Amino acid sequence: MLKKKDIVNIGDISNEDIFKVFENASKFKKKLSKEEKIKTMDGKIMTTLFFEPSTRTRLSFESAMHRLGGSVITVSEPKSSSASKGETVADTIRMASSYSDIIVMRHPMEGAARLASEFSSVPVINGGDGSGQHPTQTLLDLFTIWEKFGTFNGLHITMAGDLKYGRTVHSLIRALNRFDTTISLVSPESLEMPDHIISTLKNPEKVIKSKSLDEVLNSSDVFYVTRIQKERFVDLNDYAKVIGSYSFDIDTVSAMKETAIILHPLPRVDEISPEVDNDPRATYFKQAENGVFVRMALIDMILGGE
Amino acid sequence: MSEEKTLKISKIEDGIVIDHINPGSAMEVLSVLKINGKSGFTVSLLMNVRTSKGNSKDVVKIEKKNLRKKELDLISMVSPNATINIVENFVIKEKFNVSLPETVHDIIRCQNQNCVTNAKEPVKTVFTMEKKGDKLLYRCHYCERTMTMDEIRNSITK
Ligand SMILES: [Zn+2]
Repeated sequence: MLKKKDIVNIGDISNEDIFKVFENASKFKKKLSKEEKIKTMDGKIMTTLFFEPSTRTRLSFESAMHRLGGSVITVSEPKSSSASKGETVADTIRMASSYSDIIVMRHPMEGAARLASEFSSVPVINGGDGSGQHPTQTLLDLFTIWEKFGTFNGLHITMAGDLKYGRTVHSLIRALNRFDTTISLVSPESLEMPDHIISTLKNPEKVIKSKSLDEVLNSSDVFYVTRIQKERFVDLNDYAKVIGSYSFDIDTVSAMKETAIILHPLPRVDEISPEVDNDPRATYFKQAENGVFVRMALIDMILGGE
Repeated sequence: MSEEKTLKISKIEDGIVIDHINPGSAMEVLSVLKINGKSGFTVSLLMNVRTSKGNSKDVVKIEKKNLRKKELDLISMVSPNATINIVENFVIKEKFNVSLPETVHDIIRCQNQNCVTNAKEPVKTVFTMEKKGDKLLYRCHYCERTMTMDEIRNSITK
């Protein structure tokens, strides 16, 4: 039951509800492909508060709300408005919740979404907090995997790249570990998955650190690739070295299972070469597209009947 | 030296005796209770006293002082084995061990500088105890990062 619920982290959503989100997302996907009009959120208002720039997440949330027949109010540039005048998140949220039925917030500080949910009188969806959680990205990642395999059980998932600062992998590993999956982690030592994430896992023994991509290339069903940010490196030579061993080109991809898929939260830079885009295993654009359907399902379940 | 004898060194009329403090931690106990020379309390402090079992301990006695829940929590985090004796009219009225709280409100400062509790927001910190094998951790309710007992001790005695 997601009715009236806050979605701060993926732990707020049960496995049962995850599958309900998938069902609804598939339903909306089908309806939209037939250009059916949907009016379930008619008269409802969503506030989007992005205290940190984001194109994809914001557009996808706003598109989802409009597609459901609802409307969106937003602050074009929170940096130039209340926040920079020193207004607290708590006060901004109190105000926004009196104007709308649901709030989507992204904030550069960890824990900001939890705090917002405590001061809001309407449901809050976390659109990413610092290097913390990004639960709706996780839902669309999961949905994309589920669409392909129809299950999570028995899958081998490899997460590669920046596993330390990449918040999408922090949420995703928690969710996947709730199912019977094997997860391999491949990252430079300085960008490993933090202990405070590993320590939250129900089945940490199903998570294996791998030294290189080669080890897992022909056994993984899903490759979840994240961006390694140049800014994380003092020496650009180190960056060049690292990017070399964690990037995907046509040769890497040809060593994978035929049925494998490659996901990436986007935007990608050097991690996946554009020549991979036409390979049937490249699934990242489809994944981004799924963001709208999954968010439609989530909004509809929180504000609607179910 | 027996416990009885320790207590006799400077028997107090009314107040508290914090006994079995980890050796060397007496000053930290006073520090988390915000007791310094200026607070007006009559305080006696014993460091590295030999116990009957041959171990060492520190003892702190504070006259005319009551302990609130928050102060007991603070003591437990500095010295989890400490015992509290409440003295009235030279008699020990009550004696108990401190215990580490499952949930800690408004005591621990989150060491994650990017945690929202370190911004100017109207919230108090909340940490919840987690046991991982024999390791004890406290997790921040907001940013969900964890702190070890050593990190907590450092942060509250600063
Ligand atoms: Zn925190």
